[in-house]
Amino acid sequence: MLAQAARRFLLAIPTLLIIVASVFVLMHAAPGGPFTKERQMPPEIERRLLEKYHLDQPVGQQLLTYIGDLVQGDLGPSMTYKDKDVLDIIVEGAPTSAILGLSAMLLALFIGGGLGVMAALRQNRAQDYVVMALAIVGVCLPPLVVGPLAQLVFGVELHWLPTGGLRRDEFDALHLLLPIVTLSLPLIAVISRLMRASMIETLRSNAIRTARAKGLPEAQVIWRHALPIAMLPVVSYAGPALAGVMAGSFVIETVFQLPGIGKQFVIAATQRDYTVVMGVVLVYSVLIIFFNLASDLTYRLLDPRTRAA
Amino acid sequence: MPPFWTSRRSLLAGAGGLTAAASLAGCANSRIIGLDKARRSLDICNQGEPLSLDPHKASGTWENNIIGNMFVGLTTEDAHARAVPGMAERWETSEDGRTWTFFLRRAQWSDGEACDAHDFEFAFKRILDPANLAEYAAILYPIMNAQAVNSGQMPPDNVGVRALDDLTLEIQLEHPAPYLPQLLRHYTAYPVPKHKVEQYGDDWIHPDNVVVNGPYILVKWWSNYIVHLQRNPGFWDADSLTLEHLYFYPTTDVQAATRKVLSGEAGWSTRFPSNQVDELRRALPGYAHVAPFLSCNYFSFNCTRPPFNDVRVRQAFAMAYDRDFVAQQIYRTGEHPAYSFVPPGISDYPGTSRFAWAEAPIAERKQEAERLLRAAGYGPNNPISFEFSHRNTSDNPRVAVVVQNDWRSIAPWVTVELRGVEAQVHYANLRAKNYDVGDGAWVADFNDAKNYLFLMETRTGWQNYSGYSNPAYDQLMEASDFEADAARRAAIMVRAEQIMLNDAPICPSVFMNSTNLVHPDLTGYEDNAEDIHRARWFGIRA
Repeated sequence: MLAQAARRFLLAIPTLLIIVASVFVLMHAAPGGPFTKERQMPPEIERRLLEKYHLDQPVGQQLLTYIGDLVQGDLGPSMTYKDKDVLDIIVEGAPTSAILGLSAMLLALFIGGGLGVMAALRQNRAQDYVVMALAIVGVCLPPLVVGPLAQLVFGVELHWLPTGGLRRDEFDALHLLLPIVTLSLPLIAVISRLMRASMIETLRSNAIRTARAKGLPEAQVIWRHALPIAMLPVVSYAGPALAGVMAGSFVIETVFQLPGIGKQFVIAATQRDYTVVMGVVLVYSVLIIFFNLASDLTYRLLDPRTRAA
Repeated sequence: MPPFWTSRRSLLAGAGGLTAAASLAGCANSRIIGLDKARRSLDICNQGEPLSLDPHKASGTWENNIIGNMFVGLTTEDAHARAVPGMAERWETSEDGRTWTFFLRRAQWSDGEACDAHDFEFAFKRILDPANLAEYAAILYPIMNAQAVNSGQMPPDNVGVRALDDLTLEIQLEHPAPYLPQLLRHYTAYPVPKHKVEQYGDDWIHPDNVVVNGPYILVKWWSNYIVHLQRNPGFWDADSLTLEHLYFYPTTDVQAATRKVLSGEAGWSTRFPSNQVDELRRALPGYAHVAPFLSCNYFSFNCTRPPFNDVRVRQAFAMAYDRDFVAQQIYRTGEHPAYSFVPPGISDYPGTSRFAWAEAPIAERKQEAERLLRAAGYGPNNPISFEFSHRNTSDNPRVAVVVQNDWRSIAPWVTVELRGVEAQVHYANLRAKNYDVGDGAWVADFNDAKNYLFLMETRTGWQNYSGYSNPAYDQLMEASDFEADAARRAAIMVRAEQIMLNDAPICPSVFMNSTNLVHPDLTGYEDNAEDIHRARWFGIRA
């Protein structure tokens, strides 16, 4: 298992380099630059600015300089936020994105998983239809719609919850409740459907038939034997999905005015803040690679068959 | 065993969850109050994230909204945004209007060090030093040698600013500039703490290092989320400050900003969507403030290539555009259609220049436009076709549709294609003269007509987007620089503007209004043409 992890980490290095190179080139191919603005700056200043950020060099050269700095752990200064480095911006945004992503995923695993199991056990009955209908609604209604609606209902109309932000510059549960729930709704929908399908299949498997034939109590059959196997598709979905929600959900962070890195990423892209875009892409890639590995390793824990291999 | 959702344990757990949720809802009282009278704090929806809080690196009005509460220049603005003495208690001007002497008040930085004339001298040299990469230094070019220093032709010590003693500052100018007191309240002219900048370099503005000479000090800055300022007890007028805390949120989404005021979490939003003004007046009585603003939306014609290198074509399209309709139907807060370029409300400027056809009804103007286009050689056998480039943000796409419709309706042989692009790409195109007609907006940096009219001067370079060049115009503008008498100077600029309007390198569209949502219990907020509101003058109605 250690050898597998080590191999995957080694493979991650060329993967990251390819990602860095392609994003770098694509981004520089977009028209306009970080200093293209409505107002003119004196030519001397512009020349020095371009020089400072190496933008006067050919893209290939810039890429090599960037990778050189990167190897030394330097993500560079932000090109738009003159008082900050890329690392400052990521460090500022990371706690919010991590709290949002982790809580939404945990919530989704419990609620989505629970609903999925319930639907599977009550297959083709009222509960099943209700859960699956809700899941379809959850998939179809994007957070871009649910977020503002939730703000209107619970914030503006009922005055129960704040409409957005944190408690000024502090975290608190009350302010994070709506964004976490909104972010978890589509996850709940997907997970419950995955869980239901997988559970139905597992319950028909030979292993479960054997367990029942042994005369095990039904609860033990379901929770102890069926659930771990049924969870496999959910785990392989949840790994990369967790990377996605943790690297920041742009929509949620914008709608609820939260200081996460997903929002930073999109803002940086429109402002052509090349270094910040690169920094966030790196964080996202590392998370994806890490959680993919984590979900593969979880497979081994859940499914006895993969352990032999 | 029964299914899990009917077991006693899960029922208990569910009940526990519900209780937790209810108690969460119960502490909703601890929510943020936008204008908190007990804490004396104000939560503000500001329209963007500051790219920098260093006054030498800032470039946007939303940065000014914050920085202007942290620093005070030689002059500053009162609640009506009029230039009033700031760090300078009084000043004298030489006969020729080119040497100004400022007499400073005794004041200190928030760490107790003296803030004096040496800090100002240091600041002017710092911002004009090209090594400092200040993007906005060009507005200080009226100062002697400023341009030469800023373009690297002279060392920074040659800037015409000198501390005669601790409390006396002399500024020499390239040419008389009666608007200097207007200019010196701009953030580019703020002092910076010499001792801190020398100690920390560019990191001096970091909340751990920063000191201020103004009413509020930076406590926390969380990128793209919040900037927290707190009252500076060392400010000379600290006793008259009412508000203790200011929280600025960069709320680019104007709908979100409005929701935040509606829910009571913000006491002031620096914008609201103008097409919702009626609903907002009903939902929030006394909140909506609409005021004329020194801002002009206009379209540039690319004069450097056909078809717009012909003045008849430019005039034709400028007159066929129904700006009254746009002002009333697209913008809904009483914006004024623009028949000239310099907005009304600019100080010391009569603003009597206008398009010659300004009073004619639109139908007549469209006929005249067709006649002009035919005279320029266009017609059914030689149709005219071009692109209208616009920014795809806020109301601009809606305006573009009206423009297209108006211009097409001149004659069937006029074709206008719309090209909506994001702002950065749009400005890159304008700059490269890679467009036919392009929209744009100009907001005054300081309250003077020159801040508008310089845009069409030949020497302005690429920012003269239309590529307009008329020696008569350039001469008048240069002459206005050397006229010390404000009234005569204004008269020269009025003539220049009229020449420019006759040549129509641009098609002014609408003079914008500022829109603010302000808690009615916030006193000291006054509508003004520059939309500058310093927290120093704010109070709370009991």
